[in-house]
Amino acid sequence: MIALPPGSASQLRCCHASGCRSAGGEALLQALQEAARDTGGTLTVKGVGCLRLCGRGPLVAWDGPGGTALFGDLRPAQAGDLVRLASPGDHEERRRDGQGSQAGSQPARGSDPIVPSTDQDTGSAAPGGAEAQPEAAMAALASQRLDLEQPFFALQRPLVLEHCGLIDPDSLDEALERGAYAQLQRCLRELSPEQVRAEIRLSGLRGRGGAGYPTGLKWDTVALQPEGPRYVVCNADEGDPGAFMNRSVLEGDPHRLLEGIAIAAYAVGAERGYIYVRAEYPLAIARMRRALAQARQRGLFGGAPGTASFQFDLEVRVGAGAYVCGEETALLASIQGRRGCPRPRPPFPAQSGLWGAPTLINNVETLATVPVILRMGSEAYAAIGTPTSPGTKVFALSGAVRHTGLVEVPLGTALRTIVETIGGGSLEQPGVPGGGALKAVQTGGPSGGCIPADHLDTPVDYESLRALGAMMGSGGMVVVDTGTPMPLLARHFMAFSVSESCGKCVPCRAGTVQLAALLDRFVEHRAEPADLQRLEQLCAMVRDTSLCGLGQAAPSPVLSTLRWFRAEYESGIAGP
Amino acid sequence: MSVITLSIDGQPVAVPAGSSLLQAVRAAGIRLPTLCHLDGLSPVGACRLCLVQVEGVSRLLPACASEASEGLQVQTDTPELREYRRMAVELFFAEGNHECAYCVANGDCELQDVAVTVGMDHSRFPYRWPNRSVDASHPLFSLDHNRCILCTRCVRVCDEIEAAHVWDVAERGAHCRIIAGLDQPWGEVDACTHCGKCVDVCPTGALFHKADGTAEKHPDRERAQHLRRARDQHEWQHR
Ligand SMILES: Cc1cc2nc3c(=O)[nH]c(=O)nc-3n(C[C@H](O)[C@H](O)[C@H](O)COP(=O)(O)O)c2cc1C
Ligand code: SF4
Ligand code: SF4
Ligand code: SF4
Ligand code: FES
Ligand code: FES
Repeated sequence: MIALPPGSASQLRCCHASGCRSAGGEALLQALQEAARDTGGTLTVKGVGCLRLCGRGPLVAWDGPGGTALFGDLRPAQAGDLVRLASPGDHEERRRDGQGSQAGSQPARGSDPIVPSTDQDTGSAAPGGAEAQPEAAMAALASQRLDLEQPFFALQRPLVLEHCGLIDPDSLDEALERGAYAQLQRCLRELSPEQVRAEIRLSGLRGRGGAGYPTGLKWDTVALQPEGPRYVVCNADEGDPGAFMNRSVLEGDPHRLLEGIAIAAYAVGAERGYIYVRAEYPLAIARMRRALAQARQRGLFGGAPGTASFQFDLEVRVGAGAYVCGEETALLASIQGRRGCPRPRPPFPAQSGLWGAPTLINNVETLATVPVILRMGSEAYAAIGTPTSPGTKVFALSGAVRHTGLVEVPLGTALRTIVETIGGGSLEQPGVPGGGALKAVQTGGPSGGCIPADHLDTPVDYESLRALGAMMGSGGMVVVDTGTPMPLLARHFMAFSVSESCGKCVPCRAGTVQLAALLDRFVEHRAEPADLQRLEQLCAMVRDTSLCGLGQAAPSPVLSTLRWFRAEYESGIAGP
Repeated sequence: MSVITLSIDGQPVAVPAGSSLLQAVRAAGIRLPTLCHLDGLSPVGACRLCLVQVEGVSRLLPACASEASEGLQVQTDTPELREYRRMAVELFFAEGNHECAYCVANGDCELQDVAVTVGMDHSRFPYRWPNRSVDASHPLFSLDHNRCILCTRCVRVCDEIEAAHVWDVAERGAHCRIIAGLDQPWGEVDACTHCGKCVDVCPTGALFHKADGTAEKHPDRERAQHLRRARDQHEWQHR
């Protein structure tokens, strides 16, 4: 399963990605490192990227002699207990003492090596009595143990996230051990840029930034522009509320992304690249910068030695964090030091991007998939997912669902599998009138729409979601329960569009404001009969006439909730 | 110079290669409403009034910021376009404070003209009456934010023609406003040469000469075009 670093019997992997950090993960990591100091080096403790079940953070994985065990909802105060549990010495001791008949079994197999039989001890387990009653502390840990065989983990197919949570993101060596940069080296040695592009084209990979544009086609367009400088840009703006798929790659496996970008640069003939990250992601920025410095030091960037034909260097650019700056033309303007405002396309960035030069712009997840495709081969990659939506996709599952976190599954997986099996279904909401039952799933964030519960068997791929008036978007998935009125949900997203509009074009700048005001009337049950038609007309106008995707998609949450939950709007009309 | 032919509302027209769709539309003798566009300034496609339907293209395209190409079939006047244009004008009127009777530009206002062109006699959207200010710090001119429609013509003329770049846009969405310098009172911005080009190109009563009273604004919108042409063709160069 997990290969342990040589010489160490046991290791603890503590998530210190943003999600767990906000739940105290950093303090936990420090406490673990402190406590492990006394074990004489038999136990290694390292910080890793997202372990995926973020809702139970902070999480720690223990790779012990028998396999891996995962613990959630940890508190820094439990660090000593965890270390005692995981350090081989103590473990042996306890085994000798015969405390617990299953002491020697595999942690990963669901049985429990760590505590005496629970029925015997949990009854007397007093919280906080860790020092006085080690048994109680162990029992507490046992109860925080998460089953790695549960569908949340078992049904995932991590490709993009395969090393996230396993490796220390600050260690180039760990990344190299797991094959980082091997595909880049192979490309430089064995494959022509055309061959690399052919692999990507044949894999059928589609852009993960939202629209699902064929990546190979985009690479070809850039590569086939007239001679001259060209650029590659990684879009790591990730402004969708509730989405953190890209952040997990940036924070958990930065070298994967760097390798993907470098391969893209080789394939399109770019000598310079940018990673555009929002300032709200300070950890991601720090990790990327450090990874870049490490890769540079080893000669992987800035003109790798022995590869005279490949001159490439990369820069991390920090964006102020406006949602619209994720839109590609706005992002490019921002890199050039101008106001982050979209411009009409065509010309597309592939034809005329940074400083008028052909520019390849791809999403983090798209680029992080590239090394996987080259390693597996396009055919094997294309066999995952569906014919028109190949591969895997990372989703951020949140809202009224039992298990929240990151889910990477093959495209085409039924929505029901994601939400009910992997996510564990909707969360009971005691005290919320009508709360608890699953009502709909909102996909695609402020640009997306709702899929009602009776369409849960829909396969999650680009076409099926669009046919239902929703959208893949970047991968946000919010489970909505029956306690949430749809006009309220629509207004929530519209409020986001109102505040994030760049203000350049009138339908988006002034239209979304009017849409929000109209939605207010429905939410507050004071709409007039004519307001429904007004709402629909204005939605169509804003959608069809806005300059960029922000305005064009802003009415989507309204239109999709109107489509499936029209009665809720009708009941928002005040009686005579 | 190579020439391309295309069809506008079913009518064939020939224009020089590199022309915009707007130039083609005009060559066909069709009047398309515009606000953010001004000959001589770079196109931005912001007001969305010149949107047209091109066969085979799913999205509507801004004629001012799209290139004409051989064989295009362009519609400028479908019922849908007409409705959207009218809605856009309604949104313009509802988002600012446009009380024409008290405006220096009354009778010489492009927003007013466009409203007449698209047949907008009232707005179906509630007026928002935002609280906006007036900047009278400049010795010669004034800026009334209440009338500003954010067409950014002043921004572009000052940057692209006068090369002073006094103006820019600050904030986002409904809070957008044009600012002088680093959001200073206009009169305190040293970079301003007092040339008046921004006032000349403003389509509404937002920028005006201080002495002007109601209905006295007489802008010179051709000037940007003349200056740009003169510069492009080196008309000022001595032999
Ligand atoms: C308002 C808006 C915000 C966007 N935000 C992002 C973003 O945060 N990250 C991203 O990769 N793409 C974002 N996009 C899509 C990008 O414009 C672009 O299509 C994408 O980065 C292309 O990469 P891909 O082909 O790999 O998907 C956004 C688009 C719009 C209209
Ligand atoms: S649609 Fe909205 S975000 Fe996009 S250019 Fe227009 S105002 Fe700006
Ligand atoms: S008067 Fe001239 S220099 Fe001053 S802001 Fe207007 S255009 Fe710019
Ligand atoms: S001041 Fe006039 S020219 Fe400048 S943006 Fe406003 S309306 Fe346009
Ligand atoms: S952030 Fe720690 S598990 Fe996701
Ligand atoms: S004139 Fe074309 S969008 Fe304003």
